Amino acid sequence: MRRTTAHRGRLTLVFVVVTALMLTLLGRLWYLQIVTGPSYVRAATESRVRSVVLPPVRGQILDVRGRPLVANETRPQVSVDYMALIHQPDGGKDVLTRLARALGRPYQEIADRARLCAGDMPRPCWPGSPYQPITVADDVSVRTALWIAERQDEFPGVSTALRPVRTYPLGSAAAHVLGYLQPPSPDDGPEGGPELVGRDGLEAQYDRELAGRTGIRQVAVDSTGKVTGLIREEAAVAGDTLVTSIDARIQEVAERALARAVTAARKRGEPADSGAAVVLEAKTGRVTAIADYPTYDPSVWTGGISQRDYEELPLVSAAVQGQWPPGSTWKVTSTAAAAKAGYSLRASYDCPGGYTIGGRVFHNFESAELGRMDMRRALVVSCDTIFYRFAEKMWQRDGGLKPVKRPKDPMQAMAREFGFGSATGVDLPHEAPGRVPDRAWKKANWERTRADSCRRAKTGYPETSDRRRAAYLKALASDNCRSGGIWWAGDAANFSIGQGDVLVTPLQLARGYAALANGGTVFSPRIGKQVVRQDGTVVRTITPPVVGKIDASRKTLRFIRDSLAGVPRAGTAAGAFEGYRFKRLPVAGKTGTAEAYGRQDTSWFASFGPVKKPKYVVVVVVSQGGTGGTTAAPAAREIWEGIAALTHDKKDKRKR
Amino acid sequence: MTALGPLSVRLPGSRATRRRAWARLAVFPAWGLVLPAAALSAIGLLLVWSATRNEPGSTLPQRQALSVGIGFALMWAVSRIDLRVLRAYVPVLYLLGLAGLVAVLTPLGRTINGSHAWIVLGDGLQFQPSEFAKAATVLALATALGEPRDGERRPGAVAVLLALGLAALPVGLIALQPDYGTALVFLVLTTGMIAVSGAPKRWFAAFAAAGAAGLLLVWRLDLIRPYQLQRLMVLADPDADPMGVGYNATQARIAIGSGGLLGKGLFHGEQTAGHFVPEQHTDFIFTVAGEELGFLGAACVILLMLALLWRGLWIAARSPSPFGTAVAGGVVCWLAFQTFVNVGMTMGLLPVAGLPLPFVSYGGSATISSLAAVGLLAAVNRRTRTQA
Repeated sequence: MRRTTAHRGRLTLVFVVVTALMLTLLGRLWYLQIVTGPSYVRAATESRVRSVVLPPVRGQILDVRGRPLVANETRPQVSVDYMALIHQPDGGKDVLTRLARALGRPYQEIADRARLCAGDMPRPCWPGSPYQPITVADDVSVRTALWIAERQDEFPGVSTALRPVRTYPLGSAAAHVLGYLQPPSPDDGPEGGPELVGRDGLEAQYDRELAGRTGIRQVAVDSTGKVTGLIREEAAVAGDTLVTSIDARIQEVAERALARAVTAARKRGEPADSGAAVVLEAKTGRVTAIADYPTYDPSVWTGGISQRDYEELPLVSAAVQGQWPPGSTWKVTSTAAAAKAGYSLRASYDCPGGYTIGGRVFHNFESAELGRMDMRRALVVSCDTIFYRFAEKMWQRDGGLKPVKRPKDPMQAMAREFGFGSATGVDLPHEAPGRVPDRAWKKANWERTRADSCRRAKTGYPETSDRRRAAYLKALASDNCRSGGIWWAGDAANFSIGQGDVLVTPLQLARGYAALANGGTVFSPRIGKQVVRQDGTVVRTITPPVVGKIDASRKTLRFIRDSLAGVPRAGTAAGAFEGYRFKRLPVAGKTGTAEAYGRQDTSWFASFGPVKKPKYVVVVVVSQGGTGGTTAAPAAREIWEGIAALTHDKKDKRKR
Repeated sequence: MTALGPLSVRLPGSRATRRRAWARLAVFPAWGLVLPAAALSAIGLLLVWSATRNEPGSTLPQRQALSVGIGFALMWAVSRIDLRVLRAYVPVLYLLGLAGLVAVLTPLGRTINGSHAWIVLGDGLQFQPSEFAKAATVLALATALGEPRDGERRPGAVAVLLALGLAALPVGLIALQPDYGTALVFLVLTTGMIAVSGAPKRWFAAFAAAGAAGLLLVWRLDLIRPYQLQRLMVLADPDADPMGVGYNATQARIAIGSGGLLGKGLFHGEQTAGHFVPEQHTDFIFTVAGEELGFLGAACVILLMLALLWRGLWIAARSPSPFGTAVAGGVVCWLAFQTFVNVGMTMGLLPVAGLPLPFVSYGGSATISSLAAVGLLAAVNRRTRTQA
């Protein structure tokens, strides 16, 4: 062994330390690459692959003749990447300030649109995912958009793109029917879906067809976000076009007529707070027009909406979500029920000014004493007392206050056959079901409200300043507490003329009248008619399904139809239809004036025409609008005149 | 045989025949050193090439190849020098090293990539004096520690104090740049050399105490910079700020971790191609190995380094002169510490410090001085053999 000067112990120590250090590195390497490797593979993919969502062009919504109700227009949009913004040292404030200046908008507006709708954040805010680009401006000039696009270094996280924007060629027409789009919320499914989804109306109902398929382009990027290659591309598929049965011209006529009726009613001092006009095809159940009042311009949805605008938007559609007692328009069902129960329609009945039931007098409208008449005249002049008598007799036959086990309730049964009391199933969301009250309903309702009624019977209504009203409400509460569950003869009487607890939507009334007009077929109305692909092939044709058949003789229905023909000529709507050219388009209808305590009357007019071969049904309602004859009937007349003019023009063209 | 017996490989044939075969191959006298160094340099070249493959017109691989060439030439030259001759020139080398460090602090010095450690002599010709100062300091300390008085086997107090003084000068100059990572390399190799030279344990303890006091002083005088503190914090919680201070560390771990067992293949690393790891061809070169060569390849890098270090220790143990032992020990400590800090940093074990991975990282000065250091080991080995 050779002699060396080295200190073995020290060298061994260094050897151990060096070896330990290198083994530590190996161990850590093993841990990183083998034990936790897969998670880093994922992280690497996430950092390297950018998915660019290729938004499809959303399908148009067309009217029955192919006129666009909702179309698309390409506009430059400016979006910001929320995640990129919050990673800025100042949370993106600087970028947004510069962006606001470039767009010529106040900073606050841009900043508000770029925040997330979490919790109670007031609008405008971004209801979508923070990983989707947030559109902050979509009415940017091409020049401005290019200017921003060229200065990516000044605007990190800001992108510009040409995007299709929904446009509404007819302005506010059918706004509620068409609905609107909103960025998807997390409930709408996983990320990577469309940028906007239908939130109401047809846009929501036919969202899947209209939306098309979102394309995706996955690109490889480097650390600066520069695209280095294409990994996968799936082109977007444009959405299908929805052809509706809406006739844009009739729709416009209906909107105008409704707005005019509301204005006129207000001039007369009525509140006229809302209203609707519905035009159906009597024989098919297709919707030709739905007008709502108040309405709004659907283009406010484009590009984010301010909190104030949002709160003030009348988003509820009176036509499908509004419910009112139908008033005398209801008498068609009561008449059919009476005929089915054995009362002759041609027999002569007395129509006194008042009819006493259970010690209480139920009056005709304005207590008019009208003498003896048949049912035809009873409908034309809208006699109430004849229906009170029918209702009381039927109520008695069902056992009166001690009802038989299975009461026949002929009037309720007929009302249900007309389609009342359940949603029509129209292709619109949030439809109201209406209400056909009967003994069972009243009992259930009483049980629901008894505790409250009994409390109110004791305490009264001290918060109500009107003392008379407070006293009335207290008496009512006391009544309801004691015997609110009993279906009195008076309830039956009120029901027979469409007052009290009956509720219908304008669309329900329209389909009921369509059933009357077409001989008894009850449809589930449809607005959509066809779904057509971009290349023109028809994906599917939508036909309104038949959901019921009125069990009344054809004679009865014809009798009622013929009777209603007298209403605009010589009955309660004669004033409104004065000078109307019945020869051109004969119209039959029924006025309705539904009373509500503490509110003005609901004004109804339900009509169909031509009388012999009904093609259309027109229903107009104006809430708190006065009598049916003064407010709703003139609007209906205007719509009928519009329809007549349009069909007349068409005939002229054909002749040429 | 030595105490490090397991390191010496038994080859077939008698010792004598093996020697003769060896001698015929002995252009370089120590293949056990040269092979790992050459393998690491070759891997380094490939990795630098891979890391810069998406930069059109990049001449970095060629420049690195040139550095490796120069480094090997220098290695060969140094290995041929007789240690006793070399020893005579140590004062000159040491002063030259110091002069370089001083020059950095004069207007000649440049700041490149945030560290004021460079001297630029012309277009594209730049070097880091601190890299060469490492070798010079190793030699200077070995001179101080490796000449025990007759009859003594350990360096005395004067020798240790002299060594500390010789080390303090470059450490101080480098701390002024400031480059604490490199300064730490000097401290570690000084400690290692004092230990290897056989200095009494009390010196050791005193040195450790002084180091601790120095650290405390740095802390108390707020000499530590905010970014350095942040680097330490990021180590404790790597995900605290993945887009800010922790970005390097996070991206480095993603690149290495995603390599798996076999890696994505040389030139096929997607993270590398996307330049997700900053400074990837220099301080973070190990991430390319991790991603593209996988665990097997990256472990090879560490094992090659370990083989070199073991060989260096073997040489230190066999050196007949304390000077040779001290030189070899110093080089081993230098390379081991720098490797550990660099690789540990890329894998999130240690805070981010700007130290290159010897032989592998891009960088002329570091590559040349590391290879020259291998030449020093070979020189010590040659003396060992010629004396045997």
